Amino acid sequence: MERHYMDSKIKGVSTGVSNVNYVCSKTINKLIQVHDRIFCCIAGSLADAQAVTKTAKFQISLHSIQMESPPLVKAAASVMKELCYNNKEELQAGFITAGWDKKKGPQVYTVALGGMLLSLPFTIGGSGSTYIYGYTDAKYKPDMSREECLQFATNALALAMGRDNVSGGVAHLVVITEGGVEHVVIPGDKLPKFHDE
Amino acid sequence: MSSIGTGYDLSASTFSPDGRVFQVEYAMKAVENSSTAIGIRCKDGVVFGVEKLVLSKLYEQGSNKRIFNVDRHVGMAVAGLLADARSLSEVAREEASNFRSNYGHNIPLKHLSERVAMYVHAYTLYSAVRPFGCSFILGSYDQDDGPQLYMVDPSGISYGYWGCAIGKAKQAAKTEIEKLQMKDMTCRELVKEVAKIIYIVHDEVKDKAFELELSWVGEVTNGKHELVPKDVREEAEKYAKDSLEEEDDSDEENM
Repeated sequence: MERHYMDSKIKGVSTGVSNVNYVCSKTINKLIQVHDRIFCCIAGSLADAQAVTKTAKFQISLHSIQMESPPLVKAAASVMKELCYNNKEELQAGFITAGWDKKKGPQVYTVALGGMLLSLPFTIGGSGSTYIYGYTDAKYKPDMSREECLQFATNALALAMGRDNVSGGVAHLVVITEGGVEHVVIPGDKLPKFHDE
Repeated sequence: MSSIGTGYDLSASTFSPDGRVFQVEYAMKAVENSSTAIGIRCKDGVVFGVEKLVLSKLYEQGSNKRIFNVDRHVGMAVAGLLADARSLSEVAREEASNFRSNYGHNIPLKHLSERVAMYVHAYTLYSAVRPFGCSFILGSYDQDDGPQLYMVDPSGISYGYWGCAIGKAKQAAKTEIEKLQMKDMTCRELVKEVAKIIYIVHDEVKDKAFELELSWVGEVTNGKHELVPKDVREEAEKYAKDSLEEEDDSDEENM
């Protein structure tokens, strides 16, 4: 999921991947960097998501070189959207594109399965997200500080991973600011504990 | 600087011994035969002025426009073969439209002018086609980048400008433009100066009637490129005509 606070963004994902009958890995990277200050969270079919992000990364990189400036987050999200919409019959992947650019600062965009593109203050996605809609709607407030935001994201991830049988493993967060990108990795046993456990 | 390129000027795919591509130079001559168009960038927008020669009294007023809308925020003024210019305006429109479809925002003018210039350049490479016989000036206004002005000529290069002129009186127009302090002017002030420059460079003897086409894009139009409204145009033309009369009067006094 991600949210943005005053001058940067935080994205967080859990790291579980499953086949029909078993979890194939608990340590997958679902935060793909598509440009210096733009990341994509992937959900759905990982194969489809990886293929789309690889293509998008190439297109965004070329666009940025032609424009002679870092790409707008909106432009990166539009590239993902075009790929998802034009290939909607074959693909089954959703994305959250977020990052920082000079024009509008931190932004969050969601690209849904069929290719819908929305700009939002915060958003959640993936199989575990269904369990935390209530939590995030209740607990989100605009203009949070970096620490509040990190706590919010970590709590939300922990709750989702606690309830969803195919989510789990490690919580991987990325903080994107004008100055740079910082990764925060929280192993499962260090996540905040709630009443369900 | 004209010389006959006998033998080396039949196709765009041939260089002359002194390193020139004559077909491209001939295309630029076609632009010089056309009436003048100017574009000037000021601190809050861009203004275009075109001297549209009226060859027949039977023409409907406002027909054969030489200023095109390429996108909501981009305008294009042309000089040269009008048919070539119309075709290029469609190319520019498609580029702007595809960019918006792929990247979700307005195309930056520098990128648009480079893309269209690349297209124009492609036609200077082969013997099977001829170069485009038109130059054009692109102008836009954007909240973040501000006003921008670019010119593309038949050889396929594009330059950014504060003020530029194309067509038969481009030298005289350039001289007049250089006298202006455009960086400190607003669109409303500039529109009158542009009208005045077109009236100054218009040759009363050789070309009789002309229509002045004026358009602008800037803060005054909220970033939308459009033809200047009738009342502003009439005020600008009045200012232009009055300034010319003053100069005539002061000439007489000197005598």
